[in-house]
Amino acid sequence: MPQLLLELFSEEIPARMQAGAARDLERMAREHLAAAGFLPEALKTFAGPRRLTLVVEGLPIAQADRKEELKGPRVGAPPQAMEGFLRKAGLTQDQLVERDRVWMAFIEKTGRATPEIIAEMVEAIVRGFPWPKSMTWGSGKLRWVRPLKSILCVFDREIVPFSIDGVVSGDSSEGHRFMRAGPGWGGQAFKARDFDDYAKGLADHFVVLDVEERKARILEGCKTLCFARNLELVEDQGLLDEVAGLAEWPSPVLGDMDPAFLDLPAEVIRTSMRTHQKYFAVRDPATGGLAPHFITIANIQAADGGKVIAEGNAKVLSSRLSDARFFWDEDVKVGFEAWLAKLDGVTFHAKLGTMAQRVERIVALAGEIAPLVGADVGKAKEAARLAKADLTSEMVGEFPELQGIMGGYYARAAGMDPEIADAIRDHYRPQGPGDAVPTAPVTVAVALADKLDTLVGFFAIDEKPTGSKDPFALRRAALGVIRTILEAKKKVNIRFLAVEHAKLLLGSDYLAVSGKINALMVFLEDRLSVLLRDEGNKHDVISAAFATIDTTAFFLDDLVARVEALDGFLKTDDGKTLMAGYKRASNILKAEEKKGWKAEGPRGLLDDASAPEVALSDALRMVEPALDAALAAEDFTAAMQELAGLRGPVDAFLDGVFVNSEVPAERDNRLKTLAAVRDAMGRVADFGLVAG
Amino acid sequence: MSRPKPKSFQSLILTLHEYWSSKGCIILQPHDVEVGAGTLHPATVLRALGPKPWNAAYVQPSRRPGDGRYGENPNRLQHYYQYQVILKPNPADMQDLYLGSLEAIGLDLRTHDIRFVEDDWENPTVGAWGLGWEVWCDGMEVSQYTYFQQVGGLDVSPVAGELTYGLERLAMYVFNVDNVYDLPFNDPDSPLGATTYGDVFLENERQQSQANFHGYDVAVLKGQFEDMERQVPLMLARDYQGKSLVLPAYDMVLKASHLFNLMNARGAIAVAERASYIGRIRDLCKMCASEWVKQQEAA
Repeated sequence: MPQLLLELFSEEIPARMQAGAARDLERMAREHLAAAGFLPEALKTFAGPRRLTLVVEGLPIAQADRKEELKGPRVGAPPQAMEGFLRKAGLTQDQLVERDRVWMAFIEKTGRATPEIIAEMVEAIVRGFPWPKSMTWGSGKLRWVRPLKSILCVFDREIVPFSIDGVVSGDSSEGHRFMRAGPGWGGQAFKARDFDDYAKGLADHFVVLDVEERKARILEGCKTLCFARNLELVEDQGLLDEVAGLAEWPSPVLGDMDPAFLDLPAEVIRTSMRTHQKYFAVRDPATGGLAPHFITIANIQAADGGKVIAEGNAKVLSSRLSDARFFWDEDVKVGFEAWLAKLDGVTFHAKLGTMAQRVERIVALAGEIAPLVGADVGKAKEAARLAKADLTSEMVGEFPELQGIMGGYYARAAGMDPEIADAIRDHYRPQGPGDAVPTAPVTVAVALADKLDTLVGFFAIDEKPTGSKDPFALRRAALGVIRTILEAKKKVNIRFLAVEHAKLLLGSDYLAVSGKINALMVFLEDRLSVLLRDEGNKHDVISAAFATIDTTAFFLDDLVARVEALDGFLKTDDGKTLMAGYKRASNILKAEEKKGWKAEGPRGLLDDASAPEVALSDALRMVEPALDAALAAEDFTAAMQELAGLRGPVDAFLDGVFVNSEVPAERDNRLKTLAAVRDAMGRVADFGLVAG
Repeated sequence: MSRPKPKSFQSLILTLHEYWSSKGCIILQPHDVEVGAGTLHPATVLRALGPKPWNAAYVQPSRRPGDGRYGENPNRLQHYYQYQVILKPNPADMQDLYLGSLEAIGLDLRTHDIRFVEDDWENPTVGAWGLGWEVWCDGMEVSQYTYFQQVGGLDVSPVAGELTYGLERLAMYVFNVDNVYDLPFNDPDSPLGATTYGDVFLENERQQSQANFHGYDVAVLKGQFEDMERQVPLMLARDYQGKSLVLPAYDMVLKASHLFNLMNARGAIAVAERASYIGRIRDLCKMCASEWVKQQEAA
């Protein structure tokens, strides 16, 4: 079956947009083809520095012919109705056929030729492409990410003819911007009538089409260079993705760095290499430390083997690292106290004051948290006081992503207590789901204080995340708080801390803040529920366990223990059977409550009660106090075990007792007994929310 | 046909002049008002607007008072040169024309690694933005390449392509010099004798740095800024041969902008005031831009 090949050739597409462009092209092509009634055998897209490519296998040469039946007006309908119908159908009245007193039109639609449809599709794609940012150029009005130079569009080895704002389709493309067979430089044109031609043309003209192939080529090249010098590549997926979008013929070149720079922190060297220069770092396998070299990914295989490129890049790196060394020296001279003074002039948020005010709040909060997590109060407060100082250092001004890390280095260089230095370094952690949480007590105190101040602050001014918008990264902060506390296995009443902090922050009383803090607790509960689901817990079990929490306190470990205990219980035989009993009991109760029954007065035991009634009543009398004791001790597993004791009696009751007795007192008491079972279970979790 | 590979700072400039002249550019001289970047020359900011085609190239001395380092930093200057090319509408082969200019100054494009790396340019003080790249040569940024989309808050149509070369940095790379003050300014065989960039500019950097950071009287600068701010609407209200005096008005905007940079270097502008000053300059610039477009469209 025929093949479609489309290439949109432009000036350099930003690396960060390429992967998304490949996906958008695929989606748009699929939608257009499906709307035309085509189901291609295969469809694939590619994106690179200068081209987006689409190849579709197995398209027919035309749409299938279609017969359409149109129902017209009834015989004898007003003439206006007939006129309207004829106009719509494009027919005259003698072409209509009468069927069951209704005028019918039978229209045969000849399927359109595929190239026509492709031409329309390409135009719609080009005009509607969702680039994050687009532009116009020259005197035209067409928009693309950068000037669109040419369009190659062939179907079944023939050019699909069309023109979009003066860009005329053809069967010609262009190779690498610089490289060519023979002397000189500049892109050379080549022709392609199908994907095989195209792939060969690109290979002959120094272009690697597939981004995965470019990445493989880069990694392989880097590893070969490293192997020859007994070095190890410091792998960096984000950097690899980026450089694979910056070169059509990626060619790794190894350069040298002055070893004197190795006394700078490794993070500084790597960040300078990565953010400014897009170089890979390499390490010495013997020491595990960085080696005095770098690898840059050039776009050409240079005539001199890359000597000039290596030297040029080495020079740029050297001046970058000289700047970094200058920043380090200046920073060490200036020090923490002078940086802290500058935080006065840095606004954190218009409604939440300066960074200096934020630091004061974090210090107070860290002091409150320290005893709860086993940290020295003095050290926690001192670490909190210093934690944000490096934000005004030269180095962090240059490399914002080194916040905390530089503070840690400078604290050590200044001879501070290692616990404090570590807390400064790690208090931003965890920075994402894959990042480790802090475990050293002083660090835990500062990390929690930092994130809680953020959360309480933004909830206090009603800046909550909505939908996909979370400009202050509150979800990440919440998840950080949750993971840190759970890993530390400490009892921390977050609600109490948050309320006190909000009172301090807003200078107002409990009533003014409790609503905002309740919203924050719901948000945290939500995040915890997401985390637990990610860990494989069932949604309904989480909701059931969370439904019964004490809202005056908020202990994360309790919430998790409830979920674990409930989940464990529901997996046992006792749990499953009791759950079934609960469902039956609550269905009976619901039906009766609908009719107006209410539990009034105490539950008793009638003289002629049957054995199952007596047994369940006894069981409840045993279980209720034991359940209260277990819940008071927050021992949810014990609470579940107590509930397990109800399984047999509940089963026997439901099987052996007719609840809707004609004797009103009997009926009332039996319903009360079932209600007591429901209430007892309801103290542990809302079993009504458990599915299945 | 073409000149031999340049050997000095001045011949690098002459090579670029000759190259862009041969490509149809008017070779202009610098604008005689202090500016922070070549873009601000009326030949770019104003000529980018309006429907008329325009190709020009020129060197523009650029003043960044805050970048003064008393001549002690090998790369950073408070007064340096930008080479500026403006092509409107941008020709379809503008990238190749640009690459040709690199070849003309002696960079072999099969030996050096040239890359176009995304960099979207904007200048909030003149309400301008565009899409383009920074151009890297062996990992060093040697030019800024921009397709102007808006200037003075107005759409640029047809689109003007702008090229800015940092001349000192480019020269240091081409001549393999590590300190800007060691750059050969003229041909070493010149009858005058070998003259370096430092011979010409080192003392200027020292004195100007001291003036930028400590010398200027802040109250005087502030008064001058406000004077300029008052002049702009006055000029725009004047009528001469049926038109307002937009060109002199724009000069006043440039002066205001430079005075702002001086006050900033003196540390006389609080963080909170910064945005408001920039906004004031932008408003003045927008007034000029719309007036200019009106005159261009009427012509």
